[in-house]
Amino acid sequence: MSRVLVVAEQQGGVLHKMTLETLAAGQGLGGELVVAVMGEGASQAAGVLAGYRASKIVVLDHPALAAYTAVAAVAALEWMIGEEKPELVLMPHTYQTRDFAPRLAARLGCPLASDVVSFGQDERGLVCERQLFQGKMTGTFRVDGGGLAILTIQAGAYRADQAEPGQAQVIDAAPEMRGASGTAAPAAPYTETARTVDLSAAERIVAVGRGIKEEGNLEVVRELAQALGAELAASRPICDNGWLGMERQVGSSGQTVAPKLYVAVGISGAIQHIVGMKGSKCVVAINKDGDAPIFEAADYGIVGDLFEVVPAIVEELRKAGA
Amino acid sequence: MKILVALKQVPARDSALKPSADGRWIDESDMQYEINEPDAYALEAGLQLKERCGGEVVVLTAGPARVSSSIREALAKGADRAIHVEQDGLEAWDPLSVARLLSAAAMLESPDLVLTGLQSDDAGSGQTGVMMAELMGVAHATIIMKVDVEDGAVAGISIKVKRELEGGWFQDLTLPLPALLTIQSGINKLRYATLMGIKKARTKEVKVVTAADLGVEAKPLVVLERLAPPVKKSTGEMIAGTAKEQAAKLVEKLRFEARAI
Repeated sequence: MSRVLVVAEQQGGVLHKMTLETLAAGQGLGGELVVAVMGEGASQAAGVLAGYRASKIVVLDHPALAAYTAVAAVAALEWMIGEEKPELVLMPHTYQTRDFAPRLAARLGCPLASDVVSFGQDERGLVCERQLFQGKMTGTFRVDGGGLAILTIQAGAYRADQAEPGQAQVIDAAPEMRGASGTAAPAAPYTETARTVDLSAAERIVAVGRGIKEEGNLEVVRELAQALGAELAASRPICDNGWLGMERQVGSSGQTVAPKLYVAVGISGAIQHIVGMKGSKCVVAINKDGDAPIFEAADYGIVGDLFEVVPAIVEELRKAGA
Repeated sequence: MKILVALKQVPARDSALKPSADGRWIDESDMQYEINEPDAYALEAGLQLKERCGGEVVVLTAGPARVSSSIREALAKGADRAIHVEQDGLEAWDPLSVARLLSAAAMLESPDLVLTGLQSDDAGSGQTGVMMAELMGVAHATIIMKVDVEDGAVAGISIKVKRELEGGWFQDLTLPLPALLTIQSGINKLRYATLMGIKKARTKEVKVVTAADLGVEAKPLVVLERLAPPVKKSTGEMIAGTAKEQAAKLVEKLRFEARAI
């Protein structure tokens, strides 16, 4: 890959944490590396990016790009790709990328592989790995770009601390925006949960998932949380059902936690959950399905019926006086 | 308002999965199927919208003959009619090819609103819906939590939605119609089909078309070459035994090995 474009994501001048991961992935290819950054605060973010090894940082500057819209992002990147003619475009697999990247690929008629965990080249061209069936299978995909391909990179697949420092030139560019006129500026983002529960400060967390089956069964995990002196948390479906408040949700749409002990009960471990808890020091997974992806993230795994295992643990803890 | 719901039939949640003999997809013998979960919420959102704004709900799905069971389920829940793009081997198509197929069928209907789930539980690319919007030339918004019914929706001019951002943030957007929305799982309460609904579904129209009818061919640029269970990288320790033994070993390890309690 001699020409690579990395699309940075930033908000108010602060880089999205996955941007440097994606940059590290791009740097690993050698070759010419251009980074594009847009939106309000882009110049400030470009200043940070200038401290890394890249051929140049391009600040895409247009009034329609100030607040993110898919239409404007697609128009700006369509222009940018036309100018730079990269063979490979890398983006962090964020909510924002998920919103515009497929539209960009459809416009350009180029391949898009999303949520990629690794990629590389063999004698026949570009190959990548991504997860299927919610992490229960891994697929190796051949990407036939015919000169252009887009990959979106999964959170944590590459390491931000391996982004190589350097000095990159910052250039301002005014993209010609095809079809981006007349889009209304979106309303400002807002949050709803008064964060009365700060899970990020918890030393121990017991998190519960679909395996609990019914709201009435929550008492089983409440007792475990109590016996461990832990906060109770949950994966998304539990909060969607209203069984626990949204403020107790761990994962990409909830809180990111890194406690000393994280006990995942009846959680299969979809990537959206894993990204929210993989920084935990010690992870215990209890699940009936031995193939559940959560066991990949676990220090201690128990395959079994949570309705038998969890009460047994509570009893042990009480016996041990913990 | 004419609402088109694009849904996909996928292997039932918790199915035991193993790669097929050629290693390019899963072994589908004895597999149970269901409507992709986020798509089920998209269908429910469409049905609720119709109940408040009037109009009709048309279900669109592509797949082999077996997907007719999911079409019947959607019709039994209250969809008015369905379009089945009958096509085998779609697992070898990439999202852009599938989006071309679905958008070709969708455009013949000129819907005011297209709803679909944010991603599928099998391939999980999360691309097809957004690509359809581009191919249809309509506005789109993704990861939608709520679809508001206000004057604009009733008049078929615009629609107000709540979009989920990362880390517990949201954003309200107003989109001009026609538009396409990808719906987040869990945003509403799924209804069950009633006995009456199941009976009625038998008389509802299901139009069957083929990719050839629509003039679309598979030209996959992203091709699954090999599928396998993930390589175990975890250095974690599995604790065996009866529930009581597992519990005792775990507590001991947490106390003395991990020093986490």
